[in-house]
Amino acid sequence: QAAWSSEGFGSHWVRSVSVDLNNDASLVIDIPDALCERDKVKFTVHTKTTLSSFQKPEFSVPRQHEEFIWLHDTIVETEEYAGLIIPPAPPKPDFEGPREKMHKLGEGESSMTKEEYAKMKQELEAEYLAVFKKTVQVHEVFLQRFSSHPIFRKDRNFQIFLEYDQDLSVRRKNAKEMFGGFFKNMVKSADEVLISGVKEVDEFFEQEKTFLLDYSSKIKDATAKAEKMTRSHKNVADDYNHISGALNSTAADNNTAFKKHLEKYAEVFEKLRKLEDRVASDQELKLTELLRYYTRDIQAAKDLLYRRARALADNENSNKALDKARLKGKDIAQAEENQKQCLQKFDKLSESGKKELTSFKARRVVAFRKNLIEMTELEIKHAKVRRLKCCVYHYMFTRQCSGSHGKPGNLREF
Amino acid sequence: MFLSRLRLPSSEIQSTLTCNGQSAMSGGCGRNPPPFPDNEDQEAELDTQVLDSDDDDDEGEDIFTGARSKPITPTSAPDEGDIFSEEGSYVRSDVHHATNGLHSDEELDLFTEATVELTLTNTTSQGRREIIGPTASACNTTRVPNSILKPSIVTKTMEELEEEESGDQFELNIAVTNPEKIGDGMNAYMSYKVSTQTTLPMFLNKTFSVRRRFSDFLGLYEKISAKHSLLGCIIPPPPQKSVVGMTKVKVGKEDSSSAEFVEKRRAALERYLQRVVAHPSLLQDPDVREFLERDELPRAVNTQALSGPGLLKMINRASDAVNKMTIKMNESDNWFESKLQEVENEEQLLRRLHAAVDSLVNHRKELCSNTVVFSKSVAMLGSVEENSALSRALSQLAEVEDKMEQLHQQQAFSDFFILAELLADYVRLLGAVRCCFEQRMKVWQRLQEAQSTLQKKREAEAKLLWANKPEKLQQAKDDINEWESKVSQYERDFERVTCTVRKEMLRFEKEKARDFKQHIVKYLESLLHTQHRLVKCWEAFLPEAKAIA
Repeated sequence: QAAWSSEGFGSHWVRSVSVDLNNDASLVIDIPDALCERDKVKFTVHTKTTLSSFQKPEFSVPRQHEEFIWLHDTIVETEEYAGLIIPPAPPKPDFEGPREKMHKLGEGESSMTKEEYAKMKQELEAEYLAVFKKTVQVHEVFLQRFSSHPIFRKDRNFQIFLEYDQDLSVRRKNAKEMFGGFFKNMVKSADEVLISGVKEVDEFFEQEKTFLLDYSSKIKDATAKAEKMTRSHKNVADDYNHISGALNSTAADNNTAFKKHLEKYAEVFEKLRKLEDRVASDQELKLTELLRYYTRDIQAAKDLLYRRARALADNENSNKALDKARLKGKDIAQAEENQKQCLQKFDKLSESGKKELTSFKARRVVAFRKNLIEMTELEIKHAKVRRLKCCVYHYMFTRQCSGSHGKPGNLREF
Repeated sequence: MFLSRLRLPSSEIQSTLTCNGQSAMSGGCGRNPPPFPDNEDQEAELDTQVLDSDDDDDEGEDIFTGARSKPITPTSAPDEGDIFSEEGSYVRSDVHHATNGLHSDEELDLFTEATVELTLTNTTSQGRREIIGPTASACNTTRVPNSILKPSIVTKTMEELEEEESGDQFELNIAVTNPEKIGDGMNAYMSYKVSTQTTLPMFLNKTFSVRRRFSDFLGLYEKISAKHSLLGCIIPPPPQKSVVGMTKVKVGKEDSSSAEFVEKRRAALERYLQRVVAHPSLLQDPDVREFLERDELPRAVNTQALSGPGLLKMINRASDAVNKMTIKMNESDNWFESKLQEVENEEQLLRRLHAAVDSLVNHRKELCSNTVVFSKSVAMLGSVEENSALSRALSQLAEVEDKMEQLHQQQAFSDFFILAELLADYVRLLGAVRCCFEQRMKVWQRLQEAQSTLQKKREAEAKLLWANKPEKLQQAKDDINEWESKVSQYERDFERVTCTVRKEMLRFEKEKARDFKQHIVKYLESLLHTQHRLVKCWEAFLPEAKAIA
């Protein structure tokens, strides 16, 4: 039932997880608008381009999450791109949390005052909006990774995704059934094989393997812990909300001076809540989202290593087959051809893989730097605002109207 | 003008805090805050003009100097020079305001002509006693209005009662410190040092201290209650017994939860005593004086009845009895009836608040542990990171998060001791208020019964007259006289109780408002402290983040 339009915020929604990917004006993609109806989110993918391969210089198409997944899977399955890090697929939009809360709120409506209900509803809407913003961002970055990559941006399927103004899901069904699931499983179980199996010839890749495996588990862990920490912050904010709500809930006919005080205190706690909330959501955006994204990106880098490892294995097998053929004196030409192809593929993968992994390093460092700086600046800002607000309220509550007896509380050592 | 009195403010701080009148309204005395990088955060609401100048704080040295981290920490070594130098004493920010101060307008207009002094103190190794300003006492100050020393029975108007309250002021400060475990095993108990500092002439010395145990406090309550509750006084309830808490201590469990329990109890005992001596009649009670002064007190027995649940049951029975009284007594009943209703509503509200604050404390503790766990995880990530600058930044981040955890811990401490305990205290105090109302009911009941007995005696006399039995007449006349004097005695009693209860309510409400305000102020101070440290932590980290390359 709820339909939110994100009109306008896509452009100044700071892309926190990756450096600004819209550097190249020849192909600029963004998601300026999205509509959320029940389960489905419809993203408006907007493209501006000077490339002649496109039919128009500017156009928009509606896309749903599944179509993004189709694009991802199709790219993954393209042999040619085996030596590239495939941008990780965006996670499915998950409104389950706020939706469940909304449901609980509806059930508990009778047990709370109208003001409380309105306030909680407002907060839930804000939460919904936050999830919404996040999912738009992550889908947008996904596309921008393609558009900013010299090879991917030329991909035919990518262009279809951007341009084709009909629903893509029809084309997609077969592809998934045939390749998608099977392929993914293969890749996942290759993890152990990679670690134990192939002997690495190249120092660079040996180091990368060690690094990526280790880093991957650590960043996954850090992501989970960050999520828990953020949730605690939100719980504290909720508690401030309940306190402020209780303070405001004194009977309407109770006009004591004390009640007036309580209302003032309620104001304090309401402000505290807002600030705590903001800290929590900024932390989520700058830190947790960053960690989440790079957990996925690390996985994509690992996938590249798997593919290369497989190519290496293929290469070795083809060498063995060639030797056997020579021994037997049969099918030598075929074996030679096979071996040549395997070697070529392996070399190509290694060369492109090295480039990709090197630029991945740089990209990661830049993104971390940007986010850590932004997060720190926000923390400082929020703490300062909170400090000042406390100061203001402190002053308010201790100020006396008549001169000489003004003896406010001791703002002791800070 | 809003002045800071401590040295070392940088010019920026001066300008923020000494802004007067209109200039502050125009955003920080002419300074423009630097723009923030993120557009999205412009949504951050800064609803007062003053708040736009938040960037101007603390560029150099701060007004917020001082290194002491924990607001309330029990220390072990007493310093005999100043009995209040131990951290254990509960320092109420002292507010000597005119009695009507609470009802004055407290608008959001911050810059009217009020003259206020922001008193800032430095940490010293002696603790927190250095206060710049004329106030000598940082602790609980009791005022002993002269009028109470000569009780009058005439019903006073509200205004007259209010005026009486602002009588002469004497000083009496109490601290409960140095919990010590005496003995071993299940017979062990905690002994607390009760220190008094006073100028009141009724005490033998100006400064003295004794050691007391928990049952002594309960014994004091029993004695006070027996004497004063009949008069309609609101008797502060003692802290609750806790079998679980004490058992842990007895058994010798040296963990943080038993330390917390002892601190909680110590603070509760201190507040209890402070409330007792803040009550003008109770302060005059020789039992109270004895409790404070006498070296050895006889062991209080029969304190089982005063254990937490027992006391609560008593109080609840009292309220039931009061609720059953539906007969109106006289005109002032409206006042009593509506007051009682107010009290009951308030009690419910405070219970609800307490539950919410409890939840806050728990969640804050959760935040602590989650932060620590996260910090470790970030440290691990940093150790694996191949880029050396990023690796360093990540391990610095882990350290920052560690510091965060400490700050959250402190804040949880404040949440509990400043807010939760205040609310818990007042829930129990409101129960005591209800007891007080019940007392008045009892007195009235007694009067009613006496009146009806008198009526019966009169009827008996009339019957005798009619039956013409002169020998029994004298007896009947004697009876009537007896009951007439009883009735008039009980009438006086009832009037006195009514007057006392009204006065008590007034005093209680004033004290409650003051108490709450002081605690909120204290809470704000604790938040200020925490936020300040937060700013420092993150500001130290920022260059590390920027150094990533």
